[in-house]
Amino acid sequence: MTNHTTRTGPVIRTSGLTKTFTRHKKEVRAVRGLDLEIADGELVAFLGPNGAGKSTTLRMLTTLVPPTAGSAEVAGHDVVRHQREVRRALGYVGQGNGAGHQQRGRDELVAQARAHGLGRADARRRAEELLEAFDLTELADRPVSTLSGGQRRRLDVAIGLVHAPRILFLDEPSTGLDPQNRVNLQEQVQRLHRELGTTIVLTTHYLEEADAIAGRVVVIDHGVVIADDTAARLKSALGDLVSLGFASPAHAAAAAERAARIDGASITVSGADLRVRVAHGRDLAASYVADLAAAGTPATRLEVVGPTLDDVFLDLTGRSLRESNESTDTTEGAAA
Amino acid sequence: MSAVLDTPTRTTPLSTTVTSERVPGFLADTWNVMVRELRPVLREPVSVLFAMVQPLVFLGLFAPLLPEVPHGSALQWFVPGIVVMTALMGASMTGSNLTQEMMTGSHERLLVSPLNRSSLLVGRALKEVVPVLMQAAIIVAVVTPFSFDLHLGGVLLGSLMAALFAIGLGSLSFALALVSKGQEWLFWTVQQTLIFPVLLLAGVLLPLDGAPGWLATASDLNPLTYVVEAERALFAGDYPADTVLAGFAAAALVAVLGLVVGLRAMRRAD
Repeated sequence: MTNHTTRTGPVIRTSGLTKTFTRHKKEVRAVRGLDLEIADGELVAFLGPNGAGKSTTLRMLTTLVPPTAGSAEVAGHDVVRHQREVRRALGYVGQGNGAGHQQRGRDELVAQARAHGLGRADARRRAEELLEAFDLTELADRPVSTLSGGQRRRLDVAIGLVHAPRILFLDEPSTGLDPQNRVNLQEQVQRLHRELGTTIVLTTHYLEEADAIAGRVVVIDHGVVIADDTAARLKSALGDLVSLGFASPAHAAAAAERAARIDGASITVSGADLRVRVAHGRDLAASYVADLAAAGTPATRLEVVGPTLDDVFLDLTGRSLRESNESTDTTEGAAA
Repeated sequence: MSAVLDTPTRTTPLSTTVTSERVPGFLADTWNVMVRELRPVLREPVSVLFAMVQPLVFLGLFAPLLPEVPHGSALQWFVPGIVVMTALMGASMTGSNLTQEMMTGSHERLLVSPLNRSSLLVGRALKEVVPVLMQAAIIVAVVTPFSFDLHLGGVLLGSLMAALFAIGLGSLSFALALVSKGQEWLFWTVQQTLIFPVLLLAGVLLPLDGAPGWLATASDLNPLTYVVEAERALFAGDYPADTVLAGFAAAALVAVLGLVVGLRAMRRAD
């Protein structure tokens, strides 16, 4: 496997990466000037609603669609000028099934290995190794069409890993899987990352998934990156939500006044209810409530909720990611 | 579906490097694509019968109705046409496999693999040779006990000609599949619309000897006509140089045209 990057430099680098489609005579700017660097060994999730441009970005990085403008390098190779080198370096698990439905699992693994230049014996050995590692040995001689969704997904991931790529791309890997298989897949992805040090980039519109597995979350909306950090930092930047109830609106107003003294607090009062969003809210809540009691405006109810990535998305865009997913559930497949 | 089946057990660690021998060239890529395409056929040889259902029905129901021809039996005249019809059916439908692979995602996986784009088409097209030869063997085996004289050399040569034609037609079928991406109906509409005129104009089912002028002209313009004529000679054990050469030339023309169109479609689809 060839690569011209050092172990420490970025393995993926994009600069002004842009994709514009023409659809029904309308110009769709799917990805707009994306600048991104991903270091060797990172586990990155592209998070955003359907149609945000995350899959299109992935398709440009994997040479499936050429960028309209800008450039991207994967493993040190330009995705337009050196497509074959890029393809040789990366593993790809697409939205559909990589394994042909008429094929058998073992045959597809061998075929993929041969495509990557492995000799006949090596290809067969590698196929067996992967079948074993993904617990597919028993299913290896069945037509792919007879496997369950979760089994097929495992086979797809195995196919993507045939050549032990340094970079693995997964496009919406858990879409269509039941919760149990989704968790299994997430565990596999994390294990790959941990044990092999593979750089992994995946797209998802599941907040929980991005939160659970990725070290770094790149939030994409309308074709631009609107946030890029660890899930923990994205959430802590937003702060916890402290909700309080009071005996009267007057008490709530007095409490709001006191809360306004806390640095960076954002406050909403509605009747006898008060909501304070503030960094480290969970640490401040106890003394705040004690202060309120001492001041004669005691809280009658207290709730502290840590932020979710959905809150982060809501804060950044004014929309809930959950609702965005529901309202535009099929558009990206078509746009991709 | 059992949840237990879907739960992967804790497993052995994977190797972090694999040794790739060399970067495969065009021929190796083409070979790999062809072998992959052939796997389902070889795993389930019965599958070649699917494309033969119609031709075999025609053979069973049509052949007994044919009047005896002056030299040789009606079967002798009819069988080469059925071999060609089988090749025509199989190769023209082969694009539907690609349609399915485009829908389910495996075509996309191959596009992201290092396989040469041209190999993806040529390998698929070359694979058509195998089912055509298998089908020809089945047909000949079925009819030989009846009033069909087996001329093995001619049958072999004729089958190769049919295979050459199938490479071209298969390639055109793949091109059609690429063009009708996401619109499966388009693929089948075009395929079904074209297949019967081509078949009838080549005189596969009925001789076109008494055809009116316009029909005769249309038949003359159909490359399959020359293939069928040559097949009939070869299956009868005759080797008239001009007829056989015309047949091979027509099959080769279709092969070249098919590959050119197919490769263009592949590049466009990129």
